[in-house]
Amino acid sequence: MDLVLLLGFTVPVALAALGETIGQKSGVINIGLEGMILAGAFAAAWAAAITGSPWIGSAAGLIVGMVLAAFSGWFTVVRGADQVVVGTALNLLSLGITGSLFRMKFDPTKTILKVTKVPTLGDFVPWVKTSLPWMERLDVFIVLTIFLSVFLAWVLKRTGWGLAVRSAGEYPVAAEAAGFSVVRLRMGALLIGGALAGLAGAYLCLGISGSFAENTTAGRGFVAIALVTFGQWRPGWVAAGALLIGFLESLQFKAQAAGWKVPVQFLLAMPYVVSLLVLVFIGKRTLSPAALGQPYRRSK
Amino acid sequence: MKKVLSSGIGAVAGLALVMFFLVLTFMIFGQPVGASLKAMYVGSVADWNAWSKTLVKMTPLILTGLGAGVAWRAGMYNIGGEGQFILGGVGSAWLAKMVVFPNLALGGLTLPALLLASMAGGAVWSGIAAWLYLKRGVDVVIGTILLNFIAKYLIEWTINGPLQEAKHQLPQSDALPQAAMLMRFDRQHDANIGVFIAVIVAVGIAICLFATASGYRLRVVGASPSAARANLIPSQRVQMMAMLLSGALCGLAGGLDYVGVSGQIGIGFSQQWGFLGIPVALLGGLHPLGILASGAFFGMLFAGSEQMARSSAVGTTLIYVVQAAVVLAVVFARGIERKVLPQVEAEP
Repeated sequence: MDLVLLLGFTVPVALAALGETIGQKSGVINIGLEGMILAGAFAAAWAAAITGSPWIGSAAGLIVGMVLAAFSGWFTVVRGADQVVVGTALNLLSLGITGSLFRMKFDPTKTILKVTKVPTLGDFVPWVKTSLPWMERLDVFIVLTIFLSVFLAWVLKRTGWGLAVRSAGEYPVAAEAAGFSVVRLRMGALLIGGALAGLAGAYLCLGISGSFAENTTAGRGFVAIALVTFGQWRPGWVAAGALLIGFLESLQFKAQAAGWKVPVQFLLAMPYVVSLLVLVFIGKRTLSPAALGQPYRRSK
Repeated sequence: MKKVLSSGIGAVAGLALVMFFLVLTFMIFGQPVGASLKAMYVGSVADWNAWSKTLVKMTPLILTGLGAGVAWRAGMYNIGGEGQFILGGVGSAWLAKMVVFPNLALGGLTLPALLLASMAGGAVWSGIAAWLYLKRGVDVVIGTILLNFIAKYLIEWTINGPLQEAKHQLPQSDALPQAAMLMRFDRQHDANIGVFIAVIVAVGIAICLFATASGYRLRVVGASPSAARANLIPSQRVQMMAMLLSGALCGLAGGLDYVGVSGQIGIGFSQQWGFLGIPVALLGGLHPLGILASGAFFGMLFAGSEQMARSSAVGTTLIYVVQAAVVLAVVFARGIERKVLPQVEAEP
């Protein structure tokens, strides 16, 4: 088990969870995260398949994630609709659209679409392969995730925008009184979340598997939502939680290699069981933003 | 009278809305509208064969829809219908393995026992989520979603382990003997009397919600937590009961699938029925009779979409798009969140 393989499993969940953290800090719980990752994954795979470039693919994933975030935010933030209802609908919409397009545009009998993967450090710098083999699979997304887990923590804690976003999630009336637009803050936070969800999807296809299959996300978006609570709305801790999930996901491969006598389903269920257990032990002393999930309407 | 009239108008408007989005979705995805609509008609209501498929699909949709509706009415966002459906199947398959296969002489008690086991299975799963929320503060949405995935691996484990068929070849349970299954209308089709059970349950839930004191308390807890507090309604107990009922309904959907259609559990036991119950409930306005109507209607659409998939690359996935689009349109038009769905109160 090399470190970079472990980080590879961590990255999609971590990116999505970091984006969700920003959104939740502003007071929006984005249940549609799974759908955004799925749409991002499909867009990335499609664009990469057409252009042959994983970079254009990643950009397509990012853009589609943001478009879906804007769409969802228009309902939940601008019109103040129920966030759980809109998020659930968004997941269904994304599952339906990607499933339909995938079957229409690509041979339906061929359930997997192959694409070129994101190049890794080993491809750029050949000597790494021989002298530093554990670094060989390092890629831009892994570096970006590590950077973001520090950078976003700094943005939330130390910048004016971060303070404003936090106030929109804690006490929106105060944010508005201080001259900020809660709608604009929440939309901004949601768009960042959408962009990162799209990138997470792109990495699933272009970084890990090199392919797209229907419903390729397999619930990672929901794990990411749980991780935000798990990490108590702190980007660093959220990323650390994602590392734990990545480790648990990689366990099944380890078990196969080592020939453990554990039913494979137990290992597959581990990320979900552990997430739930952590939430149980965190219990009620959560640092949840006070206005999380509540639509904000300006009083007249 | 006025109320009946307005709900009639609402139903017609809802029907028109769904048809509008159906046609729009066909056009956007480049499907021939006329031919697709014809396939939908042929596959859902054209003859008894088609009706049979519609009836088989509307049964779980109505029940999981009711399950979602009951919980959401009480302010509990139960997204876990899928896991509860699966646990329903596992519960009855487990009882079948323990009791039915060893001694087939149970007679008339077999079916009720199997269905009760399915309800217990679903209720256990939703009960865990409710307990986690009420006692440990784990958000219902997150808890129920995580439990969905755990249920998915649980059923995969059971059909490869304790509940696997006696031959130990395929990942599935032994098939129930025909005598232990729900009565079918004829031998050639899957349609069975389970659909009557779903309809009766819907009417029963409607009566419970709108004509009993407990139903009233449930609605108050969901609609206005402060009013519930002021009237000394034990919110936590009501919410726990609502979640248990919700899980039992979703579990019953799984149980009816087991004793009515499949007769065994295997890979892909639930085809998203628990998840699809949520849009069914929302489009039914979270009212049991509305859910009955919307479940029946979406049963038709899903049956029709399978016919469509025979001649086209797409089918069922387009119905997902239609469902989602209609939910969003309703959110947009009526602002259901303000009227029906409760606002979660901030902790003071």
